[in-house]
Amino acid sequence: MTPATEPNLAPRPSGVGADYRPPREVFDEMMAGPGVVRSHWEPLVRGIEQLGHEGLRERRENAGQLLREHGVTYNVHADGQSAERRWELDMLPLIIDADEWTQLAAGLAQRTRLLNLVLADIYGPQRLLHDGLLPPALLHANPGFLRPCHGLRPPRDLFLTLHAVDLTRAPDGRWWVLADRTQAPSGVGYALENRAILSRMLPWEFRDSQVQRLASFFDARKGGLRSMAPWTDAPQVVLMTPGPYAETYFEHAYLARHLGVPLVEGSDLTVRDRRVFLKTLEGLQPVDVIIRRVDDTWCDPLELRGDSLLGVPGLVEAARAGHVAISNALGSGAVETPALLAFLPKLARHFLGEELRIPNAATWWCGQESERNYALGALQKLVIKRSFVGGNSETSFGESLAASDLDQLAARIRANPHAYVAQERIALSTAPVWNGEGLEPRPLILRCYVCATADGFFAMPGGLTRVSASPDSPIVSSRYGGGSKDTWVRSAAPVVAATPFEISSPPVRHERGHGQVPSRVVENLFWLGRYAERLEDTTRLLRPALARLAGEGGPAEEEELAVLIRWMVRLGWLRARFGGRISSDEVISAIRELVFEASRAGAVRELLGRVGFLTASVRDRLSGDTWRILNQLQTDFPAAMSRATPAAMLGALHRLIFQLAAFSGMEMENMTRGHAWQFLDIGRRLERAVNVVTNVRAVLAIDPAGFAGLPPLLEYTDSTMTYRRRYRASPDWPTSLGLLLSDETNPRSLAFQFQVLDQHLAELPDIGEARSRQRHFDELVALLASADIQTLGAAVENDLHPLDNLLRRLIAGCAALSESLSASYFSHVPARVS
Amino acid sequence: MDYTVTHRTTYSYTSDVSVSHHLVHLRPRELPWQEVTEYALSVEPDAIVADERLDCYGNTATFFTISKPHRKLPVIARSRVRVNAAPLPIPSQTPPWERVRELCAQDVLTPDTAAGEFSFDSHYILRHPAFADYAVASFPPGRPVLDAVIEFTAQIFRDFKFDPRATTVATPLAEVLKNRRGVCQDFAHLGIACLRSLGLPARYVSGYLETLPPTGKVRLVGADASHAWFSVWCPNHGWIDADPTNNVLPGERHITVAWGRDYEDVSPVRGVAVGGGEHSLSVGIDVVRAA
Repeated sequence: MTPATEPNLAPRPSGVGADYRPPREVFDEMMAGPGVVRSHWEPLVRGIEQLGHEGLRERRENAGQLLREHGVTYNVHADGQSAERRWELDMLPLIIDADEWTQLAAGLAQRTRLLNLVLADIYGPQRLLHDGLLPPALLHANPGFLRPCHGLRPPRDLFLTLHAVDLTRAPDGRWWVLADRTQAPSGVGYALENRAILSRMLPWEFRDSQVQRLASFFDARKGGLRSMAPWTDAPQVVLMTPGPYAETYFEHAYLARHLGVPLVEGSDLTVRDRRVFLKTLEGLQPVDVIIRRVDDTWCDPLELRGDSLLGVPGLVEAARAGHVAISNALGSGAVETPALLAFLPKLARHFLGEELRIPNAATWWCGQESERNYALGALQKLVIKRSFVGGNSETSFGESLAASDLDQLAARIRANPHAYVAQERIALSTAPVWNGEGLEPRPLILRCYVCATADGFFAMPGGLTRVSASPDSPIVSSRYGGGSKDTWVRSAAPVVAATPFEISSPPVRHERGHGQVPSRVVENLFWLGRYAERLEDTTRLLRPALARLAGEGGPAEEEELAVLIRWMVRLGWLRARFGGRISSDEVISAIRELVFEASRAGAVRELLGRVGFLTASVRDRLSGDTWRILNQLQTDFPAAMSRATPAAMLGALHRLIFQLAAFSGMEMENMTRGHAWQFLDIGRRLERAVNVVTNVRAVLAIDPAGFAGLPPLLEYTDSTMTYRRRYRASPDWPTSLGLLLSDETNPRSLAFQFQVLDQHLAELPDIGEARSRQRHFDELVALLASADIQTLGAAVENDLHPLDNLLRRLIAGCAALSESLSASYFSHVPARVS
Repeated sequence: MDYTVTHRTTYSYTSDVSVSHHLVHLRPRELPWQEVTEYALSVEPDAIVADERLDCYGNTATFFTISKPHRKLPVIARSRVRVNAAPLPIPSQTPPWERVRELCAQDVLTPDTAAGEFSFDSHYILRHPAFADYAVASFPPGRPVLDAVIEFTAQIFRDFKFDPRATTVATPLAEVLKNRRGVCQDFAHLGIACLRSLGLPARYVSGYLETLPPTGKVRLVGADASHAWFSVWCPNHGWIDADPTNNVLPGERHITVAWGRDYEDVSPVRGVAVGGGEHSLSVGIDVVRAA
């Protein structure tokens, strides 16, 4: 039963959509004509009319909140965190009718099958060239055609195991193909995330629309990936990313988690004896299937681009030997060229004996003489694209170019004709976008996905719909700031599903033993632990100073502030002249720099940046809540404030401490006790051990009497209350030292860190210098245990040396432990070409 | 003419390399005018896999991995080669160069369009009007292609100074053109860039050259270097080699090892090492005329 059989319920937009006026000359997805809603949109329209402006606004806010918390981003210039763009999701999905989808899905699968046959030919016998079906120059001029891969046959001759197709709908209502993505198509993860959010925002509309679930596609994809390695029943699959600076890194981490496979960088993999292995804590683990999000030319510095630091030396040879399957096969980018569209109708008849079920936009490749002449004569009504990736990939719309620009374009085409493709201009269909005030029509492109399964090809019932940034822009691209929509494909029959919405976050991956953790991941977790702790430590030390500057420090604040300043001088945070007489304005501005200056090593802002980068690089290892906390840490912390008062800074630092506490709580309560967690905690403990000793040493040197120095020191270690309760006296060195160094019940003491480290070390894999490391650590623990802290503490006013000497040795021991762990477990040396 | 060729490449590192992968193009090609009677590749420490195959241009590519820690890696290729002069057409009877361009740009597969592969951009060689402008003096309208190429080879030889200190592999061709200095690899790349910018297919040839000893002196062993030149397509005949460094059309003193679009396709020895600290590379080549 479809809503169309109930004409009496057919809604007429009265409120939200009342002013929606799509342009008449293009196809509108929602409206068949003025006041006439297409029947497959009716449940949605009914729902949003009931929600009204207020309801939509509220839901959009909720969705925005979720996107922020999930950290859904798109790195625009891919040159650092500053360029991260928030993902935009519209409140209205694109809706596709069940019957229409059946046609589309068949057409999509046909297209993937066809392109796969083309790839098998051009990397094999090249019959298409011999038979005159493809001009030789289409390969010869194509940098995506990788010569080293000629003759390389992937398992089951499957080149394309994930294929994306960009579609648009012409004014006559037919869908047309604009482009193919065959290299390492992006967007599947964004489509799933859009669905997860929108199905929660519009649960009734989602249910009433009988939307097909995306889960079927991901199940098919997982099955397909498994079947790519016929030599094993339980293939090890990994997802290879260029790293956190990649445009779609969010998606790489997201998909790795969703598919339950390790997220790796090229340097996590190594080739031995023409087989690919993952470097893990416990040695090399064989890899059977690589989902690559690295463009193929960058995948192997030995045989492909020698300047690549992203790839795996020897990967081409391993693939050639048939020991690893890659999704998509190396060289698949060759059929991404829009020039191929001109030949596909003929190729479909040749290979399949069929017509293309979804036609291409009419395309002329300027590498051919008569096609070029046609294009040059009709430039002003065509769309001109670059044939091949790389260089300037800008698309030109002839009709919007001035005469002089058209002439220049023509000259460029004549000079290098193979590099250009002319395409007919198809007026994109529109769909309503909720702009906060009402609905406005925006041009859209629908990106569909097809994956290989064990025995065929399967189209995702849905996709990633992208809309242009404004109602009149013809350019639709995430890079240029357009938005996205969820895509609802309706089912002819009610959808049976366990949940009323789409689930996007599977539980944190269950690790098969400990060995699955790549070395790089444990290294990053170790440093995440260290930097998170350093951030907390820095914050804890800045707070007492700010409290006193803000006048919240109590009667002795002047003297204590002087100690705190000298303390920071000793740590190298403030310049030496601050040790003398200095105005409080100068101190405040110096501390402001210690808080907000992103380029200053050790400043709060700078440490936050490091924590952010490390968080991103181990994203697939963190639970959703942990990620949200760490993400919020970044977004909540105020940007540089040139006039921030001590009180305002103090407020920001207090909030930071809460969030860091939430992170460590989450880490203790929600992370499974594998090596990943161990290294995070080892990093934290080592850092805390070093910091507590370093700071005790600094204060001792400044104030051996301890009157003004001990209150801030106890405050910094959060031990003021413990001290008061226990000793009911003003602090002195012997008892304070006991509390901070040798008291095993104080979670901020050195002895406590040693105790925890000892447990961790015992459980690490027995590789590298494990034995000698354990021996050195035992000596360090014994050094602390055997020291008579009380006596040493009582003597500080007369002779600081014995204690200072002990503290120095303790710090050196911790540093040696850190280095030894790096050498044994991280040894992450990059490969180089020569 | 018979030669024995010894090509010795030694990698030295300041700390241990834990694993390294190598791809080498060291085996001279079998050609109608060139016969390889012996060839042996030796590597120390022993390589794990030595996979020998023909690459897409028909060159022998050998892949091997060293997974024993090492600080020194000598790669030595020894071959015995018999070379005759390749046949040449009469230059004035070759087709006009514009006709060659036309034949190579057709839409159907022919020997000419297959050679057309070498008329597009490649890793080190990007076409540019400046290269065509430089070459055009040797390519007046209608001139037979081989006549033009012979003059063009002389043009490079005349205009450019051989200077090993002027360039590295990474020096852009535009700079070579501007400074008029370089080594054989630069001149080969430059010649190819010019020919391709005119629309002609041209490929890069790597190999060896026997240097004649000065009269009365014993030839210096080890003084010879790896050599490179270019080759241009001539319809109805085939590829014709030209050596702009010496202003000759190679005869029996040029030994062909491999060809491709540019140096990137055929670098004699290429490796990726994990670890190793600083590294240095030394190359010694002996091309000795058999007695």
